[in-house]
Amino acid sequence: MTAEPILTISGLNVDYGTGPTGVHALRDVDLTLHRGEVLGLAGESGSGKSTLAYAVTRLLSPPGVITGGDVHYHRPGAGPVDILSLSPDALRAFRWQELSIVFQGAMNSLNPVHTVHSQLTDVLKAHRPAMRSAERTARAEELLTLVGISRDRLTAYPHQLSGGMRQRVMIAMALALEPEIVIMDEPTTALDVVMQRQILRQLVRLREQLSFSVVFITHDISLLIEFSDRIAIMYGGRIVEQAGASEIYRDPRHPYSEGLLHSFPALHGPRRELTGIPGTPPHLSAMPAGCAFHPRCGKAHDPCADQIPVLARPEAGQDREVACWLHTRPA
Amino acid sequence: MSVITTDVTAPADVPAPAAPGRARLRFLRGGKTRTGLLILAFFAVLAVAGPWLAPYDPDAMSDDLLQAPSAAHWFGTTHTGQDVLSQILVGTRGVLVVGFLAGFLATVLSVLIGVTSGFLGGAADEALSMLSNIFLVIPGLPLIIIIASFVEDTTDLLIAAVIALTSWAWGSRILRAQTLSLRRRDYVEAARATGESTWRIILFEIMPNLTAVIASGFVGTVIFAILSEITLAFIGVADISHWNWGTVLFWAQSNQALAQGAWWWFVPAGLCIALLGTALTLINFGIDEFVNPRLRSSAGGSRKVRMRVGFTPVARTGTPGKPSKEQSE
Amino acid sequence: MTYVLQRLAFYTVTAWAAITINFMIPRLMPGDPVEALMSRYQGQLDTSAIASLKALFGLDENKSVWEQYTDYWSHLLDGDLGLSFTFFPTPVGEVIAQALPWTLALVGITTLISFLLGTGIGVYSGWRRGSWLDALLPVTTFISAVPYFWLGLIAIALFAVKWPIFPFEGGYDNSLVPAFDWPFISSALYHGVLPGVTIVLSAIAGWILGMRNMMVTVSSEDYVMVAQAKGLSERRVMFGYAARNAILPNISGFALSLGFIVSGTLLVEMVFNYPGIGFQLLQAVGAKDYPLMQGVFLIITLSVLAANLLADMAYALLDPRTRKEA
Repeated sequence: MTAEPILTISGLNVDYGTGPTGVHALRDVDLTLHRGEVLGLAGESGSGKSTLAYAVTRLLSPPGVITGGDVHYHRPGAGPVDILSLSPDALRAFRWQELSIVFQGAMNSLNPVHTVHSQLTDVLKAHRPAMRSAERTARAEELLTLVGISRDRLTAYPHQLSGGMRQRVMIAMALALEPEIVIMDEPTTALDVVMQRQILRQLVRLREQLSFSVVFITHDISLLIEFSDRIAIMYGGRIVEQAGASEIYRDPRHPYSEGLLHSFPALHGPRRELTGIPGTPPHLSAMPAGCAFHPRCGKAHDPCADQIPVLARPEAGQDREVACWLHTRPA
Repeated sequence: MSVITTDVTAPADVPAPAAPGRARLRFLRGGKTRTGLLILAFFAVLAVAGPWLAPYDPDAMSDDLLQAPSAAHWFGTTHTGQDVLSQILVGTRGVLVVGFLAGFLATVLSVLIGVTSGFLGGAADEALSMLSNIFLVIPGLPLIIIIASFVEDTTDLLIAAVIALTSWAWGSRILRAQTLSLRRRDYVEAARATGESTWRIILFEIMPNLTAVIASGFVGTVIFAILSEITLAFIGVADISHWNWGTVLFWAQSNQALAQGAWWWFVPAGLCIALLGTALTLINFGIDEFVNPRLRSSAGGSRKVRMRVGFTPVARTGTPGKPSKEQSE
Repeated sequence: MTYVLQRLAFYTVTAWAAITINFMIPRLMPGDPVEALMSRYQGQLDTSAIASLKALFGLDENKSVWEQYTDYWSHLLDGDLGLSFTFFPTPVGEVIAQALPWTLALVGITTLISFLLGTGIGVYSGWRRGSWLDALLPVTTFISAVPYFWLGLIAIALFAVKWPIFPFEGGYDNSLVPAFDWPFISSALYHGVLPGVTIVLSAIAGWILGMRNMMVTVSSEDYVMVAQAKGLSERRVMFGYAARNAILPNISGFALSLGFIVSGTLLVEMVFNYPGIGFQLLQAVGAKDYPLMQGVFLIITLSVLAANLLADMAYALLDPRTRKEA
C-alpha cells in the first residue's frame, strides 16, 4: 500500500463505565485507513470491532468513554484533524460530510415516523444550508435511483419498505454528501443470502463510481476476503493481525485468524475443512492475562499466559503485522 | 393523582427469564427503593401502634379550642378541642388497610384477567381486553363516588372492594402485553411442545417472569386506592365517624379551618398522604429501573465524566482539565 | 382511516357499557333511596317527573328488566335525566348544562397547559439526563403524590387567606351577570387562576415523569444514533427524532390520565366552590341527589370518551404506522 492515509487511529483506548466498575473494550488500537481502500474489520461478537467504528466518530452510547489515543482525519489537501478534540459543532460538521456510516440492522436505523424523503433531505438541510427545497428533493431522488429504488418510494414510511429496501435507503443516505469514508457495520447481516449478494455487488459498483474509502465490519471473514483490500482481525479489544486480504487468506499468521478462516465456508476457491475455534470469546470484564486468546489457542506456549504480544511485523520488509508470540520473541 | 400515568408506557422489556433469586431482589439495593421502603415501614408501624401511641382519644373534646401546635398538642387542636395528632395516628391504620386491601384485590383481578387474556388469545382475549379497556377509560372516581353513596353503611372492606373493582384494568392491560410477549418465548413453546399443562406453564414458566410487573402494578394500585379512599372520606361519602386522614380533612374543610387560618388542621394529613404516596412511587421507580435498566441513573460511580447522547466523552489520561471542561458544558 | 373507525366503534361500545352500568347501579343496590326521596317530595312532583324517575331508577317493580332497560334508553335519548332534588324542581339536564362549560373550560385549559409544559420539561430533562434538571425529579415525585384537593386547600390558605391576592371561592364575581363581555370574562379568568394553577401543578408531574422516561428510552434507539451520526443539529435530533417518537406513548397514555385529571378537577372544584359539575356532584352527594349524581357521571364519562377520541385522532396523525395503505 503506497496510497496516502485518510484516517489514522493510534493508541485508541475505550472503556465502558468509569471507576472500578468500568471494563476495557478497546486496548491500544492502531489502525490506518488509506485513501480508496476497503479495509475489512473482522472478529467474533464482543471483539470490539463495532466499538472501534463508533469510537472513531464519538458515537458510542453511554457508558462508553474514550480514555486515550488519537484519531486523525487527513482531509485531502489539508493538515490532519484530531477528531477526538473537535468541538461539538465542528464534530457535527465533520460527521456525514467526511465520514458516514451504514448501520447494522436497518430495521431500527430509520425513524418509523418520518418519510424516506424527510430522512434523506434533513442531512442535506443540515450540511448544505444554501440548497433549496426543490434541489434537495431532486438530490434525494437521484440517491434513491443510485441504489436502485424507484423514486416514488420517496414519500414512503419505513414500515412500507422491505428489509432490503431499507438497507438500500441507508446506503443512499450514507452517500448523500459523497463522504470520503464510509463505515459499514455488518450492513448485510440481517438480510437473506440473495439480498446480501445483491447489495454487496451494488456497494462494489458504487465504490468504483464514487471512490470513497470503506471500513467494512463483519464477523463473516470469507465475505471480507472477497470484498476488501486489507483485513484487520480483532480479538478481545485488540487488533491481533492485519495484512492484505489475499495474504490473510493464503497465509494467516495468528492462530485466531486461522481459526476464523476455518469457521466459514469460502465463497469461491477450493473447499476447506471447517473446524471452528474451541471455546467462547472472553467477557470484557474477565479478560485473560497475557494474550487474550491463549486459553483457546492450540499453539499457546510459554510467554502467552502472562505477556501481552504487541503488533509487529513478522518479517522485516513485509507489509503485515501480527501480535503473536509465535512470530515475535518476548523481550 | 396522575402518579399512575408514568408507568403506562413501560416498554415490553421483560427481565431475563429464570433470573436467579438474588438478582430478583437486587432492586432492593437501590437508594430510591430503600428510602421508599423505610418511609412505608414507618407508616406501617404507625398503623399497628397508632392507637397506643396517640396521646389523646381522637374523639375526646377539650377546652383547648383551635389551638396552634404546642408541646401539649404537637399538631394543634380542632374547633372542638380534639387532638389532631391523635386523629392522624389513629387514622393511619384505616388508610393502609384499605389501600393495601384494595391493591391486593385489584392485583388478583388484574392477574386473573390479564394473564388469562394474554395466554389464551383469540376470542377470549378480544373479549377480556375489551372489558379492561372499557374500565380503563371510564373515569373511576365518579363511579366510586356513586357506588359508595348508594350503599347505606360503608365499611372499609366495601370501600376497598369498590376501589378494586374500578382500578384493576390498568394492571391487567400491562400484564396481558407481557404475557403475550412471554408466550412466544422459546422456553414456553418448548414447555408446550412437551405437553405441560396450561396451568403448569402459567404458574411455573410465565408467572415468575411477571413478578416485577405485578409488583409494580400492585404498588401503583395502592397509591390510587389510598388517594381514592381519602378523597371519599374528604367529600363525606365514606363513613366519617371512622378516623382516617381524609376524615380529618373533611372536618377541617366543613368547619372552615381555612378561613380561620387553622393550617395545622389540614397540613399534617396532607403531608402524610404525600409522604406515603412518594414512598410508594419511589418503590415503583426502583421496580421500573430493575425492569428497564435504561432508566437507571449514572452507571458508573464517577461523576467526573459526563455522558451525553451522541457525543462520547473523551477523557484522555494525561490531559488534565479535559474532564472538568466536559462537565461544565 | 380504519384506525379511527375502530376507535370510534370502541368508544361507542364503551359509552354503551357506561350507560348500562349507570342503569344497573341503582337496581343492584340494597334499599331504594330514590323512592324515599320521592315520597319526601310527594305532591310537588308531577306525573311525568314521577314516570321518568321511575324509569331511570327502576322503581317499576312489575316491569321486566328488559322493559326497564328500553324505558331507560328512551328517556335518555330524549335528554331526560330526571329531576334534581338539590335544585328542585330543575331537571338534571339543565343543571348540568349550566355547569358543564365551566368544567370544560377549566379542564381544557389546564390540561393543555400542563401537557405542553410538562412534555417540554420532560423532553429537556430526559435529553439532558444528569443535568441540574434531575433535581426536579424528587420535587415532581412529591407533588404528584399530593392529592389535588389538598394542594387546592393549601393554595387557598396561602393566596386567598394569608395573602388575599385571589378570590376564595366561586367562578366569577357574584355582582356580575354572566354575559359574554369583558368584565365578566376577566372576572372569570381571575377566579380561575388559583384552581387552574392547582390543577396544572398536580397534573404536570405525571407528564414530566412520563416524558422523561420515554426520552431516556428512545434516546438509545438506533435511529437517534443515526441522526447524531448524520451531524444534524442538536435541536433536530432532540425534537425531530427523540421527542417526536417519545411523545407517542405519552399521547396514548393520555387516555388513562384523563380520568385522573377529570377526577382531580372535580375535587378542585369542590374545594373552590367552583360552579362546575364537580361542585354539583359534591352537593348531590351531600343531599343524596341520585338523579344528579348519575347524570353527572354520564356526562363526565361521555366527555372523557370524546376527549379520548380526539387524542386517538391526534395519535393517528402523528404515527404513520396507524395509517394502513396498500
